Amino acid sequence: MPMPTHLPDAAELCTHLAAAMRPEITPQTALIGIHTGGVWIAEWLHRELGIQQPLGSIDVAFYRDDFNQRGLHKGTKASNIPFDVEGAHIVIVDDVLYTGRTIRAALNELFDYGRPARIDLAVLVDRGGRELPIAATWCPQALALPASQTLVLERDDAARLSLRVTEK
Amino acid sequence: MKIHIKNGRVIDPANAIDRRADVFIAKGKIVGVGDTAPADWGGHGANATIDASDCIVCPGLVDIAARLREPGFEYRATLESEMAAAVAGGVTRLACPPDTDPPLDEPGLVEMLRHRARLPGFAHVHPVGALTVQLKGERLTEMAELAEAGCVAFGQANRSIVDTQVLLRAMQYAATFGFPVWLQPQDPFLARDGVAHDGEIAARLGLAGIPVAAETIALATILHLARETGARVHLRRISSAAGLEMIVAARAAGIGVSCDVTINHIHLCDEDIGFFDPHARLDPPLRAASDRDALRAGLASGAINALCSDHTPVDDDAKQTPFDEAEPGATGLELLLPLTLKWATELKLPLATALARVTADPARILGVGGGTLAIGTAADICVFDPQATSRISRETLKSQGKNTPFLGQELKGRVRCTLIEGHLAYDGAFA
Amino acid sequence: MTRNPQLNKHGELQHLITLEGLSREILAAIFDTAEPFAEVAEREIKKVPLLRGKSVFNLFFENSTRTRTTFEIAAKRLSADVINLNISTSSASKGESLLDTVDNLAAMQADMFVVRHASSGAPYLIAQHLAATGRDHIHIVNAGDGRHAHPTQGLLDMYTIRHYKKDFTRLTVAVVGDLLHSRVARSQIHALQALGVPEVRVIGPRTLLPTGVVEMGGRGSLRVFHDMREGLKGVDVVMMLRLQNERMAGALLPSPQEYFKYYGLTPEKLALAKPDAIVMHPGPMNRGIEIDSAVADGAHSVILPQVTFGIAVRMAVMSMLAGN
Repeated sequence: MPMPTHLPDAAELCTHLAAAMRPEITPQTALIGIHTGGVWIAEWLHRELGIQQPLGSIDVAFYRDDFNQRGLHKGTKASNIPFDVEGAHIVIVDDVLYTGRTIRAALNELFDYGRPARIDLAVLVDRGGRELPIAATWCPQALALPASQTLVLERDDAARLSLRVTEK
Repeated sequence: MKIHIKNGRVIDPANAIDRRADVFIAKGKIVGVGDTAPADWGGHGANATIDASDCIVCPGLVDIAARLREPGFEYRATLESEMAAAVAGGVTRLACPPDTDPPLDEPGLVEMLRHRARLPGFAHVHPVGALTVQLKGERLTEMAELAEAGCVAFGQANRSIVDTQVLLRAMQYAATFGFPVWLQPQDPFLARDGVAHDGEIAARLGLAGIPVAAETIALATILHLARETGARVHLRRISSAAGLEMIVAARAAGIGVSCDVTINHIHLCDEDIGFFDPHARLDPPLRAASDRDALRAGLASGAINALCSDHTPVDDDAKQTPFDEAEPGATGLELLLPLTLKWATELKLPLATALARVTADPARILGVGGGTLAIGTAADICVFDPQATSRISRETLKSQGKNTPFLGQELKGRVRCTLIEGHLAYDGAFA
Repeated sequence: MTRNPQLNKHGELQHLITLEGLSREILAAIFDTAEPFAEVAEREIKKVPLLRGKSVFNLFFENSTRTRTTFEIAAKRLSADVINLNISTSSASKGESLLDTVDNLAAMQADMFVVRHASSGAPYLIAQHLAATGRDHIHIVNAGDGRHAHPTQGLLDMYTIRHYKKDFTRLTVAVVGDLLHSRVARSQIHALQALGVPEVRVIGPRTLLPTGVVEMGGRGSLRVFHDMREGLKGVDVVMMLRLQNERMAGALLPSPQEYFKYYGLTPEKLALAKPDAIVMHPGPMNRGIEIDSAVADGAHSVILPQVTFGIAVRMAVMSMLAGN
């Protein structure tokens, strides 16, 4: 993967993501964003794709595997899944796919609500570095970053999304 | 055996001496206090010389309340361990309360205790006999017999006589023989289940309170009966400003009573319970800061006659419990001197005044001598360095009881040596 | 004075022993954490894996099925292994000391002790003992000690108030009944003050109020009422306390009937409070003694939601401690 000289435009990535997803969306498809960045993207996709099922959100803090090292995350939000998970087609939406541990936690959490028929994963950026056998169904951008850096999605007051790299 | 204590500052409150002087001892008695040896000292000089430079030489301390835990509580302390603690603290004479097991209500028990304690290097031990059989507050003990066995006074330790008629009779009977009666004023009903001073701290911590009225009501009863009977009453462990005021007023009205306070109560108050420190569980309870301040001032003015350690060794098992289950009491023989000095420093008192409260004044209450450096009296002497500090720790305490709220504190005043009847009972140079 | 033994060296909660001295920020963090746990209870599987593999020992030196059950549910919803011990009926009666019992259980690889004890301060003793013996990785949650504190009850009460009233800084809150013997009341008062409630009223006969009750609040905003009607005027929240059976007739109170007449919460007395006032009770209730059934089951009562919130609040406390 090429080292980024400049970061891709988040809004553009969203548009690509929506285009890739559109053919597979059915009236039964439901979106669930992962706090916090994934929820922003999911909100946008929900409008853009005209999803009929209400939008869900989850905070995977209670399912994280690093609780023993790092304790409970401050500002944990309640998960909100306003549709029946049983038999549903669910698309989990997140901003950056990295180790795969967040997605593992999200899958575990979802199954505590019921048994979905199918789960897909939509992300804006795949930065590699996987530690679990997890892959995105849709991902418009791959980006290699050193482990010392963190890639975050930000949203400004005008609800514009942008990507930013910070040193750990 | 002749001993010469030189270069010390001699403070002898009983004889109003506070100056640099040497002390000369022969055959267990003091034979001279001054710059030169007495005329009959002899040409060969002393067998032993103690250099008391930078030290204070004073009468051995007199502690009118020290539990030795014998008989009956040897797992908490033994005569040997507590005698070592006494001399390490400069205490050469002490009175022990009758709440042993069995209580000191029979002459045989008193004789046995006196006999066991009569060893060279041991402080003089004066048992306080039980006023009532088994301290139950029902039947009188054979006080005259007990006095012959060596009891210097009669009391109930920290227990009350609930039946006021029995209290009246006990005081009348003691007064018949002129025996002093030592009582701790605390109404057992108001103190029932209580573990702390009934105030803000107890309210906050959720501890059952003992109101000040428990002390003042019992005091009122005792003071009325003291007037009625003419008994020589000594009031143990005053804990409140209101109680002290009553005693002062009673004296003004012609009732001759003496009273004492403990080293804990002049330095601590209920706030020192902190996070339920079981070491601060005491009987009577530590009261409010204003009470503590009144007691400190009262002791300075002489309204309170004596300062005592209320030495109560308690084993760890009985202290490492929740506050309300902890056995009350604190070890104190080794803290009496440093805490006297701390109080004197904080109140800017002359050392002679402060030392009087732990030497001459308690000796007067005991009435069996001691507490003086007068020529011809037994050479019971404490030599201490008022500036040397020591840390109160489980390791350094000689008492078997390691229980004190002062654990871990750095206190000034270290005993250099203690003499009892001219014997070197404690030598802190090697300690 | 030594460092507050319930905080670790970073000032985070190591144990939860009392609400006294806890900042508004720590309290708010607990409530914020409890919100998502309340959501967990709505799920098909009411369980999250946070404390998987951890052992929570319910150490009840004093019997209380209800409190023990709420802690048990909270711990189980966090996937912890829960071991219930009613020590009043086992070791203590065999003469084993409190600290011996603690040592034994600590040796069984406990991660958390939930402690209920009849003596005020017992959890401090355990915390200090564990610290002194190098085992302070074991967390302690005070489930009620003597008359001293019942911090999780205090927290769930505050959570309930926040849920219904949002802003603490505009409230008048009355605590009614046996404050003298109540650990719940002490925890409530500390929390109400920390959260900035401008007026806390305590209402009860003189026999049931501690001597130093006015100073107990610390900031002097505690007002004492002996006339319940006066005390309830215009309040937003009425927190009733339980009156123990053994105190209903004796030297503290002449009879339950007289108590109910003067200090029982009836619809008629409640009418003096604000129209939207809420009524709380830590349970179990004595109907007809401290509270009239018409009030307990009435529109103002939030007594059952309290119980529900209690689980989420205890989950929040346990997971925060285990993570610190």
